Amino acid sequence: MGKTFSKPRSLTDQPTHYCPGCTHGVIHRLVAETIDELDIMERTVGIAPVGCAVLAYNYFNCDFQEAAHGRAPAMATGIKRVRPDLVVFTYQGDGDLASIGMGEIVHAANRGEKFTVIFVNNAVYGMTGGQMAPTTMPGQRTTTSPRGRNVEEVGMPIKVAELLAALETPAYITRQTVIDPKGIRKAKKAIRKAFEYQLAGRCFSLVEVVSTCPTNWGMTPVEAVAWARETLLPYYQLGEFKVPE
Amino acid sequence: MGKILMKGNEAIGEAAIRAGCLNYFAYPITPQSEVAEYLAKRMPEVGGVFLQGESEVAVGYMLFGAAGAGERVFTTSSSPGISLMSEAISYIAAAQLPVVFVNIIRGGPGLGGILPSQGDYFQATKGGGHGDYRLLVLAPASVQETAEMVMMAFPLAEKYRNPVMILGDGLIGQMMEPVEFPDHLRTAPSDKNAWASNGMATRGSRQRNLVKSLFLDPEALNNQNLLLKSKYDRMRREEVRYETYNLDGDYRVLIVSYGTMSRVCRTAVDNLKAAGVEVGLLRPQTLFPFPLEAVREAAGRPACQAVISIEMSMGQMVEDVERAVCGIRPVHWYGKCGGDVPTPEEVMDVVRGLMAGGR
Amino acid sequence: MQSEVKFAGFGGQGILLSAKILAHAALEEGHEVVWIPSYGPEMRGGTAYCTVVIGDRPIGSPIIKNPQHLIAMNRPSLEKFAPTVRPGGIILINANLIPIGSGRDDVTDLAVPVNDLAAAAGNLRAANLVALGAFVARSGIVDFETLRRCVQEEFAAKPQTLPVNLAALEKGRQAAQG
Repeated sequence: MGKTFSKPRSLTDQPTHYCPGCTHGVIHRLVAETIDELDIMERTVGIAPVGCAVLAYNYFNCDFQEAAHGRAPAMATGIKRVRPDLVVFTYQGDGDLASIGMGEIVHAANRGEKFTVIFVNNAVYGMTGGQMAPTTMPGQRTTTSPRGRNVEEVGMPIKVAELLAALETPAYITRQTVIDPKGIRKAKKAIRKAFEYQLAGRCFSLVEVVSTCPTNWGMTPVEAVAWARETLLPYYQLGEFKVPE
Repeated sequence: MGKILMKGNEAIGEAAIRAGCLNYFAYPITPQSEVAEYLAKRMPEVGGVFLQGESEVAVGYMLFGAAGAGERVFTTSSSPGISLMSEAISYIAAAQLPVVFVNIIRGGPGLGGILPSQGDYFQATKGGGHGDYRLLVLAPASVQETAEMVMMAFPLAEKYRNPVMILGDGLIGQMMEPVEFPDHLRTAPSDKNAWASNGMATRGSRQRNLVKSLFLDPEALNNQNLLLKSKYDRMRREEVRYETYNLDGDYRVLIVSYGTMSRVCRTAVDNLKAAGVEVGLLRPQTLFPFPLEAVREAAGRPACQAVISIEMSMGQMVEDVERAVCGIRPVHWYGKCGGDVPTPEEVMDVVRGLMAGGR
Repeated sequence: MQSEVKFAGFGGQGILLSAKILAHAALEEGHEVVWIPSYGPEMRGGTAYCTVVIGDRPIGSPIIKNPQHLIAMNRPSLEKFAPTVRPGGIILINANLIPIGSGRDDVTDLAVPVNDLAAAAGNLRAANLVALGAFVARSGIVDFETLRRCVQEEFAAKPQTLPVNLAALEKGRQAAQG
C-alpha cells in the first residue's frame, strides 16, 4: 500500500496548541503545502501576528518574525523593501488585521507591497478569550458584546476583502473558506495563486479565509461549521474581488 | 574630501549613507523633514531604499522588519513621532535588533512647538516604550559631531544588537556648519547570519531563525531580561563618553550640560573666565550610559561649591546629575523649554546668582 | 575673535542664501563658521532672519543676542534688530524699502538702494546679492574675491543666472565704496 498522507516539509513536527475544531491547523497546512510546491521554504520569511497564531513560528519550518498587534504588514514592508528576493507572508487574524492593524493593512495594500497576507476571519478575538471583533456578526454574543453585537453602537462588521478591493492599486484579493473539503480545495488554489503573484513580482495579495472558532463561539465543531455556513458565508461572500490585469 | 557646509539634517542623511546604511523609512515631521527630503533624492542615487511610511507607528515596524532581515536601517523623527515609534522601539529592543533612531527634539508635551528643546531626555534614557529596555543615547553638540555619531551609531547598534538613538534638537538639525565624513567611521555591517530572519538560503543554513519578543515562560522571560541587562551593564562599562571644558582650574561651580545648550554654556564659561570667575563644564556625549563617575569626580573637587544642570527642559537630566553627585554638593537646575534657548548672558547670571547665594 | 552677521528681511528676499554664501566664503578662508536660521512660522511673511557666526576658534553659543553687524532688508527688521547690534558694527539698510536710519551713533549705517541696483543689474531678485556685496566690501569680513568665487560656485548649476548675480554683487561693492 502506498503512502497516503505525509506532512509538508514546511511544517515542523510540533503538535499545535490550537483548540479542537479550530481551522488554523488546516490553513497552516495549505500555506505549507504551497511553500513546498513552489520550493521556496529556504527563502521565505513568515510574520506571526498577535492572536491565536502568535506561535505560528513553532509550526512553520521557515524563518519567522513575530509582530506587534496589527503591525505585520509594516514589518513585511520593511523586509520586502530591503530584500525583494525573499518571499514574505503575514498570517493575521481579524482583531489583528481589521481592528488595531487596519491602518497598516490598507497602506501596505495601497502601496502594492509585493507580499502575501493570509487573513483568518473567524468573527471573534480568540487568544484574548472571545471578545468582539470588527468582523463579529450583528447580534453575535461575545464577552464584550454579551447581548449581541449592537450595530447601532458599533456599526456593521467590516468586509475586509471588499474594502481593500476598492483601492485603485492592482492587487489579488480573494475570500475563501475552510469549513468544508470543497472550500479547502479552493482556498488552497487561492493561496497558491497569491504566492505566485508575489513570486512574479506582480502585486500585493491577500486571501481572507472564513473560519470557525468553536471554543469562543461556545459550540461544538459541527455546530460551528453549520453556524459559519448559515451566518457568516451569506455576509462574507466567497470569491475573487480583485485580480491584477 | 574637505569640509563642506551642510545643514545638520542633511548631514544626518549623508552620514548614514557614508556609514553604509542604505535603508531609510520615515514619516515627515518638523523640524527634521529635511532628512527625508534629502534622502528621497540621495537614496535612489546610491541604490538605497527610501520609503515614506503612513505613520510613525508603521515606520517603527518597517525598521523592525528590515533590521530583522539583517539589513542596516535607520529613521529620523521628532518628539511626537518618537512617541508613536516608542511601541516599536520596545519590540526592537526586545528582539535585539540593531536600528538607529535620530530624534531632533522639538518642544513638548503634546504638539508643543517646533523650536529646539531637550524635553525628551527621560523618553530617550529612561524608556518611552514599555518594559525593561535601554537605548544607547548619543547627544551631539555640532553638525560635525552629529555626522560622526550617526556613523558610529551603526556599529554600536550591531555590537549590542540594540537600538541606538541620536538625541539632537531643532537647532542642531537646522543650522549649517562645516562637516566632513571621516573615512575611519565607515564600517562594514557585522555578520548577522546567526540571528537574522533573512531566509535560510541567504545564509546557507538548514536552521531557521526566529526574531521575536514573546517569552510566555516566566523563567525564560526573566532570563531574557537578564541577558538584556547584561548588555546595558556592558554599555555602562564601555560606552560612557563625555567632554570636559575648563576643568583644570579651581572652578567654584560645575555646569553639566549637553547638546546645543552645552555650547551656550561654553561661551558663558569663556566670558566668566574673562571676568575672573572660574566655572567648569562637563558635557555628556552619551546620555545613556550617563557619565556618573566623571560628574561625581568633577563635583568632588575641593574648590567646587555647587553643581548645576542646565538643560532645555524643566529638569530632567538634573535627576541623573543628582544620582551622580550623591549629595556631596548641592545640585541645582536651570532651563527653559519653550524653544527660546537660554543665552550665554542668562547662564552667566544664573551662575553668578549661585555664587552670590554662598552655596 | 568672533563676529556675527544677522541677515533679516521678508521671507522670499533671499536672506538664507546670501547668508549661506557668506558662511561658505568664511569657510573657504579657513574660519570656523555657523549658519543659524530662524525657522518655523516666521518663515512665512513677517521677518525671517539668519545669523552667520565667523570665528577663529570653535564657535560656542549659536544663540546670538547681540550681533556685530546687521543686514536689514525691510523696515520691521531694522526696527527690531538695530538696537541689538554691538557698538562699532555696520548696519546695512535697504534704502528702497527703509526710509529711516538706525538712529544710533555708535554704529555705521550703510544705506544702499539694493532693489534699484538689483533691477539695474538685471533682476530684482538679486537684491540679496547687492546687499551682500556692499556689506562685504565695506566690512572686509571676507576677501571680496573669495566671495565672488563662492557666488560662482553657488550658481554653478544655473550658469544662465550667474552674470546677473555677479553684476549684482559688483553693484553692491561699488555702492559701498562710492
